[in-house]
This record gives sequence, structure tokens and C-alpha cells, in this order.
Amino acid sequence: MQTIKSPYNFKGGIHPAYHKELASGSAIQGLPLPATLSVPMSQHLGAPAKPCVKAGDEVKKGTLIGAQAGFISAPVHAPVAGKVNAIAEVLTASGRPCQAVVIERVESDETDFMQPMTNWQSRSKDELLARISEAGIVGMGGAGFPTKIKLSPPMDKPIDTLILNGAECEPYLTSDHRMMVEHAREIRLGAEIARSILGAKTLRIAIEDNKPDAIAAVEKAFEGVAGDVALTVLRTSYPHGSEKQQIYAVTGREVPRGGLPMDTGCVVENVSTAFAISEAVVKGIPLIQRVITVTGDAVQNPANLMAPFGTSYQSLIDACGGFRGGRPAKVISGGPMMGFAVSSLATPTGKTASGVLLLSPGRVSQYTSQACISCGRCVDACPMRLIPSELSQFVEADDIEGAEGIALMDCIECGSCAFVCPAHRPLVQHMRRGKACIMAQRAAAKAKRD
Amino acid sequence: MKVENQTELFLVSSSPHTHIGSSVERIMLDVLIALAPAFAASLYFFGVDALRLTATCVATCLLAEWLCRKAMGRTNTISDLSAIVTGVLLAFNLPPSLPTWMAAAGSLFAITICKQIFGGIGYNVFNPALAARAFMLISFTGAMTVWSNSGWIASVGASTVDATTVATPLGVVKEALKAGAAMPNFTGAAVMQLFTGKINGCIGETSALALLLGAAYLLWRKVITWHIPGAYIGTVFIYASILHLVAPEASVPPQIHLLSGGLILGACFMATDMVTSPVTRKGMLIFGVGCGIITMLIRTVKSGAYPEGVSFAILLMNAITPLINRGCRNKVFGTKS
Ligand code: SF4
Ligand code: SF4
Repeated sequence: MQTIKSPYNFKGGIHPAYHKELASGSAIQGLPLPATLSVPMSQHLGAPAKPCVKAGDEVKKGTLIGAQAGFISAPVHAPVAGKVNAIAEVLTASGRPCQAVVIERVESDETDFMQPMTNWQSRSKDELLARISEAGIVGMGGAGFPTKIKLSPPMDKPIDTLILNGAECEPYLTSDHRMMVEHAREIRLGAEIARSILGAKTLRIAIEDNKPDAIAAVEKAFEGVAGDVALTVLRTSYPHGSEKQQIYAVTGREVPRGGLPMDTGCVVENVSTAFAISEAVVKGIPLIQRVITVTGDAVQNPANLMAPFGTSYQSLIDACGGFRGGRPAKVISGGPMMGFAVSSLATPTGKTASGVLLLSPGRVSQYTSQACISCGRCVDACPMRLIPSELSQFVEADDIEGAEGIALMDCIECGSCAFVCPAHRPLVQHMRRGKACIMAQRAAAKAKRD
Repeated sequence: MKVENQTELFLVSSSPHTHIGSSVERIMLDVLIALAPAFAASLYFFGVDALRLTATCVATCLLAEWLCRKAMGRTNTISDLSAIVTGVLLAFNLPPSLPTWMAAAGSLFAITICKQIFGGIGYNVFNPALAARAFMLISFTGAMTVWSNSGWIASVGASTVDATTVATPLGVVKEALKAGAAMPNFTGAAVMQLFTGKINGCIGETSALALLLGAAYLLWRKVITWHIPGAYIGTVFIYASILHLVAPEASVPPQIHLLSGGLILGACFMATDMVTSPVTRKGMLIFGVGCGIITMLIRTVKSGAYPEGVSFAILLMNAITPLINRGCRNKVFGTKS
């Protein structure tokens, strides 16, 4: 396999302070598990899973506890053995209430996994897809889109390129980084499975150049993979992990407006998702845990923890030695650019949460939004080449149609604009509100049509 | 909806949760720092008059800003330093002998009429300092066009021209040609004098050297990009070069165009005013080229009353900035070509 420098640079983007060194050197480790875990039924995009156990039921590690509830949905499995205490309501990291299966843990080695597929090469595409679906695998980079759907594009959208996303462009986070350093072989296996399902002739692994050890590990593990395979080293720039910018950086193709990655013949899978695919296919283990980076200046010992879903943030932080220097001002699920600030440490982990970031009051500034001074910095920073200043003014004036007319729906909410704005305007907040209005209008129009 | 009882809650806000650390105040402070060399030059060349005018304008602008915000019941914005920038820029565009009260009146006009009536920083259409200067040229025409004698005029051999009541370098040429005299002789020394600032003119516009130092600082701090000043100065240079090639006897050499009439001050500090210039790079280029063409038109059309033209060129382009913004949006990622 060859290593190449990314041949295309997307326009825009920013260079925030990365602070990856806090956790990047810390090997993935387990943690003392809490007595109970609240496993959310909504850890993915689409319809939440339907609880298929009830209070009092015994579950083993891997037992199905939430059934897939629609086309865009994913099943949920018990991450530990124990007894179901209750079906309760919790707040997920994004602040939405959802049902959760509360499991009282018991020490037990008993598992309820699927049959390992020892010789996956001899399995049909449908068998492999069924396995990925059954294992509850969703995109682990943040969006949580069910992987099975991503890997089964319609016939008229042939896929020639599979891109493994190891950019991890969010500051602070190092979970994908550690996965690549420590589990490159499994990632390779997952990638080969996904590639064979898609029939993609080209495979690219995209990693930013600030992770030399991950690049070295992946180079070694992918040695000898047949065909057009290369590691594309991206220059470090946010948001390289975003699908659209990454496809462009790797292939020079632009996902058309309103289109999907498959319109460019590409599928992008996160490296941790590839790991999950190999675990599910080769070992029969459903997706029940992931690496989550606990980091920031307000935690004692930043670390990368392999945590079963439903572990509370409190348990994660306890495993890292607790707070450093008093109570943090903000606790963020994910990174500082796109993560969600959570109000409580009772928040449970899920399939898409790659980090918990604790920021001290010194790192959290509260600003008063000022008038836009038309400095154009947001325009230069926007990787979608929008005019955030104008968009936000339209939304502020409730001219949603005006905003839609200048491509509000193309905003990927990456936060680059707000990051650079000297007037501290809450640009992303305006974009979100505007987009929500348009979605509501569209839904209403559709309901009327039907 | 049943949500667990949560006693201690953390701060929740929309992402992003981090910021580059820039601020409006920092930008304005950088502009002030960049104006410092030119201020030093103005003190050197115009002495106490430079101090008098600058202090008057800054103090009046601050006071006017404070009073306006107070009267309108809005949050006070004097701490964003933009009023100071307006004061300094206005002072830099005034002739040294201007009476103090006129400078104060101009400053008052700049802040109240040109800035706060529109809603304050961010909402004004015209650069307040330039709009106020235009107002003053019309209201105090006489006082606004009296210059001190720097000796430069004699050095280029334009002895027919009255050095104090008529002209800055471009005016000298205009007057000389009108009087039927030959094109003044621009020796290397005369050009050098223009470059360092020992010439007639407004107090802050004469030293190209000091202004370019400041502009370099702004570029280095990324407060401005090269697009507006580059396009502006480049256009003037090309335009003047062509004229000079076609009719060397009747046209001012391009280097004189660049170094006089407040072009450097205008291109680097006034045309780059963020609020009143376009937001996209393409728009900035169009804006700069437009400023350059209008400046040259005003400077070269025979009956033109103002040999300088920079102020009016920028004000005209300010007026069409919203149009430029509308016409120069970037092509959205993924647009089919
Ligand atoms: S959040 Fe939206 S508008 Fe802002 S930079 Fe990102 S894509 Fe552009
Ligand atoms: S960065 Fe902020 S102040 Fe500058 S143009 Fe954009 S919204 Fe306006």
C-alpha cells in the first residue's frame, strides 16, 4: 500500500487549538463498571429502538434489548449481564428525552453473542449486511447513520471508492486515533469486509498529518491489501472529518448540493465503525461498547476508555480520577466544535459519543453577541462556501425563505464561522434555528400532500 | 415527561464551545496600532496642529458615541474603540490649519449622522470618517483646502503655483497645466519626498512610508487582506501608466498618482473598513478596482473640482457594497458547474 499526500485542499476551514496531547498517548483501557447502566434506545439516527425486555428480565452480555423499529433504525444490545430494573426515560447527550433500559449489573462471563463467521469471504453480501444490521452497527463518527443502509446503496449508484475516515479533526478527541494505533489490524479486516460488500475497487484511509503514530500503524497493518489501496494523509484542518470535505480532499469530487456521498461513488466509514464491523462478523460481537476519550483541562487524568453503552458520564469521570481544579464549567459530549454541552453527569454514553470533554471556567467564555461588522472572516472559514453573516441576519429577521434562497440547508453546522467571528455572533445557533424552521415547513407541506 | 431529579446542572449552550479569541476591540486596537507610524509622521511634519486635530476628533467622536448610545438607550459601544478609529481617520483627512471647532463639528457629524443614526457599528453604509470629510468639504470649502508650505512645490519647479492656498501634489500639477506651464519636473528627490511625507496635504495622508508600515502590520495580523488595497492601488497604477504612456506631456506619472492625494491612506485604511466593504474576496477585488477607476476618473476629468478623488471614490463604492455582496456570493460547495 502506498501513502500519498491529499491532492486536494478544500476551501475554508479553521485551525483551532487541538489539545490532543492530553489523551493521545494514553492506551485504551477498561474502567470499573457502575452498578447500573441506562442504555438509551436512541443511539443512532432514525427511529429509536423498541425495548423488547421488561423489568425483571435477565440479560446476558449481548442480549437484544431494543428491536430495530423501522427502516432507518438500529437494534440495541445489553452491554453487560444483569437484570432489567426498569424501562425509564433519560436525557441523551443531545438533550432529547428517550427511553432507556436500565440494567442492574451482575458479575458474569456469560454472553449472548452471534455466531462468529470464521470464513467471511465465503459469505454472501446479504449475509454480511444482515449481520451488520443485526449487530446494531451505526456510523460512530457522530451522525449515527445505520451502517447497513450506507453499505447497500441503490443499484443506480455504483460505488467505486470506500474511504475510511480516520481524520478525527475535532480538537481534544483521540478515540479514533487510539483505535488506529492499537487496532489497525481489526480496522483493516472491517474495511475489507465493507469493501467487498460494496464492490469498491478503491480503498483510501484518510488520516490527518497530526497523527504520525496512527499513520505508521495503519501503514503496517494494511501492508499487502490487494488492489488500489492507499493511505491519504490530510493536512490538519478542521473539518476534514466531515464527509463532504473528506471526499473532496481524497478524490477531488464534490458531493452535489442536496445529494449524498454515494452520488460521487464514495462511501465514507469511520475507522471505529470498521472495527465494529470486524468484531460483529468475525467474532459475532454486537456493538455494545466503544472507546470514549475523557479529556479536557478539568479532568484529573485524561484517558481513552473502552466503555459499555449506558455508562454514566459520572462513572467515566470517576475512572479518570475526578475533576481537576474544582467543578468544570461545561461538560461536553463530543468535541468542542460540534459536541453537545450536557447539563448532568447522569447522561449515558452511546454509540456516537466519542468523547467527554470537561472544560474549566477559564476555558469557557461567555460572550455578548455584537452586531456583524462584515469582516468576512466567517465567509473565509466556511467549508461549504456559504455567507454565514448574511444567513444569520436573514434568520434573525425571520426571513427563513431568504436564508433558504442562499443555501441555508447546505450548512453542515461545523461551527467554523462562529469560531472565527470577532463579534461573537451565535452563527451556528441561527443556522440551526433556520434549518429547523425549514424542516418543519417541509414536514407540514408533506403531511398536507399525503 | 419524567426526568431524573438533577440538582447541580452544568452550563448548556450551542456549539461551538471554543473560539479563536478575536474580538471587535482587538481589531480596532490593531487598526490604531497600524495608524501609529502615520500619527508619528504627522507630528513630525505638522507639529502641534496634528496633535490638536487628532485629539479634538478623537475626543469628540468618543463623546458623541457615548451620548448617542445613552440617548438611544442602547448598550454603550465606546469600549469597542471604533469611535477612536473614526476620530483618528477623520483627523488624518484634515488640513493642518483647520480651526478646532470645525474638526469637532465634523467629528460630531461622523458619529451621529453617519454612524449612530444607522444603528451604530455594523449598520452604517458609509465610512463615517470619509462621509464627514465630504460634508466638511462642502460646508467649510475654504478652510478645508488651505495647506502649509512644505517646500515640495518649489522643488518640482512649479513656481507659478501658490503653495499655501491651492494645492497638494496633484493640485500642483493641475494648476500648473491650467496656467499653461510645463509638467512639473518630478526628480527622484521629489518622489522620495512624496514617499516619506514632506509634502502638502492632510495631516495623516502624506507619509506613504509610515502608512505602508501600518498596512504591513494589518496584513500580518490578518486584520485586512491584500484584496482591496491591492486591487485599488494596482488599478490606479495601471490606469495612470496607460495615460502616461499615451500622453506623457499632459499626464502625471503613475508613481506620483500612487504617492499623493491620500491614495495609500484611503486604500489601506479607509477602503478596507470592514463594515462598508464587501465580505467575499471576489467582492473585495471588484470593490478595489471600482475605487481605483473612480479615483482616476475624478482625478483626470478636466473640469473636476477635486484633484484627490479618493474620498468620493470610496464613498461611491460604499454605496454599492450591498449590491456587490449580493452579486459576489461564493459558489456553494457542490454546485454543479
Ligand atoms: S456552521 Fe454552516 S455556515 Fe458556519 S462554517 Fe459551518 S457550514 Fe458554514
Ligand atoms: S465573522 Fe462575524 S462579524 Fe465577521 S462577517 Fe461573519 S458574522 Fe459578521
